[in-house]
Amino acid sequence: MPHHQPLMIHIVPGKCDFCGCCVGVCPEDAIELMESRIEIIEERCTNCRKCVWACPWEVIEFHREGVANLPKEVTL
Amino acid sequence: MKDFYDIIVVGAGPAGSTAARFAAAGGASVLMLEKDRDVGYPVRCGEAVSHEGVVQFIEPDPKWIAATVTRFRLVAPNGKEVVPRLDGIGYVLERRIFDYEIAKQAAHEGAEIITKAYVYDLLKSEGKVEGVKVLYKDEKIDIHARVVVAADGVESRVGKWAGIDTTCHIRDMESCAQMTISGIDVEDDVLEFYFGDEVSPGGYLWVFPKGKHTANVGLGVSVECAKKKAAIRYLEEFIAKRFPRAAVLTHIAGGVPCAKTCDTIVKNNVMLVGDAAHQVNPVSGGGIISGMIGGRIAGEVAAEAIRRNDDSFLLEYERRWHKRLGWRHEVFYRIKEAISEFSDETLNVIAESALKLPEQKRTLGGIFRTALWNRPSLLLDVARVFVS
Repeated sequence: MPHHQPLMIHIVPGKCDFCGCCVGVCPEDAIELMESRIEIIEERCTNCRKCVWACPWEVIEFHREGVANLPKEVTL
Repeated sequence: MKDFYDIIVVGAGPAGSTAARFAAAGGASVLMLEKDRDVGYPVRCGEAVSHEGVVQFIEPDPKWIAATVTRFRLVAPNGKEVVPRLDGIGYVLERRIFDYEIAKQAAHEGAEIITKAYVYDLLKSEGKVEGVKVLYKDEKIDIHARVVVAADGVESRVGKWAGIDTTCHIRDMESCAQMTISGIDVEDDVLEFYFGDEVSPGGYLWVFPKGKHTANVGLGVSVECAKKKAAIRYLEEFIAKRFPRAAVLTHIAGGVPCAKTCDTIVKNNVMLVGDAAHQVNPVSGGGIISGMIGGRIAGEVAAEAIRRNDDSFLLEYERRWHKRLGWRHEVFYRIKEAISEFSDETLNVIAESALKLPEQKRTLGGIFRTALWNRPSLLLDVARVFVS
């Protein structure tokens, strides 16, 4: 069930191949994937981490302290 | 583009194009929408198919065949190699050309095709699906249809919006990485498969030749195993060890749902085909031909439902799919579950036993029987698959 804890799933900018493996395992339909754009739908995400484990390229990260606390500039 | 079609197909991979082809051939007006700018690109696939699979749909053509293969080589964790006898031949495709040709078959039958058209939701009225919502050229457009065929791949969402559970369990999803590399020493008529926890736990690594000195080298790791280490790490290690000076031509990620077919593949005028329906062979992870078979049945049934003006006829797709391949994938799934429990040691023993088989019996079926000798219940399943 979706809930309101802060988003802890972070997609590292510039690293994604847009393959959709994460979308295939997401039980909440919480990932929007277009040709070259990917986004976590925050209000649906339950931070279950399945997308983090599924990603073949280590593009998706789990941050226990919440994504909002990440520095604005992310080093690749 | 009109605002109404009999059938809208979402996704222009081989399954979607085949559905569009047979729906249009059955007299329906068909629109196929592809989210990417190109049909067939980027390629997320090992690209191997059997001759007998592909000729059901298209005459083999050198322009989309990168290599013709006549042998398998199975490599056990300890490096022991088994080369089973094969009946028939296979191909390693150039998917970016192959997918074009399959889409052209759909166009030839009268299907309209539009790329860079992203379906972001379904049009619904009182629970019934009446079309799709599309983002096209920065504009949101509603297009109505009697039937929506979801061929939107492993990342399928269309089925979910229609109320179908298409989420793949993490034990069944293979997290994949592949590089097409060149300047390497490979035999151009052999498909190689590597097994073992070190190379690719809960999956396998493949080296599929794409002509001389070039190959797709890729692997799948079950997501359950990938928790500890991502697919790309395994691939980089293998390539560094085996092909240290390779030139990398492409580098891709992907996911393969190695599961049974989704419990529901028709609901509310939406039909699922290909990876979206989990129509992949759960043992091999091969999904081109099986997706096209699903696409063909869905297209034929959808066109007939339109002709009969009877939406309930769409359910016939589910029945025909299970009769044609679905039941077989259920058997393959049980085999996959048994194989996934084999330790490296067991795999080494199986390779040793296979090497002792007389050459005449060293077929894939023979090796399976050797592998499963201590699991008698599965022998029956294997037998059913190989005799049918």
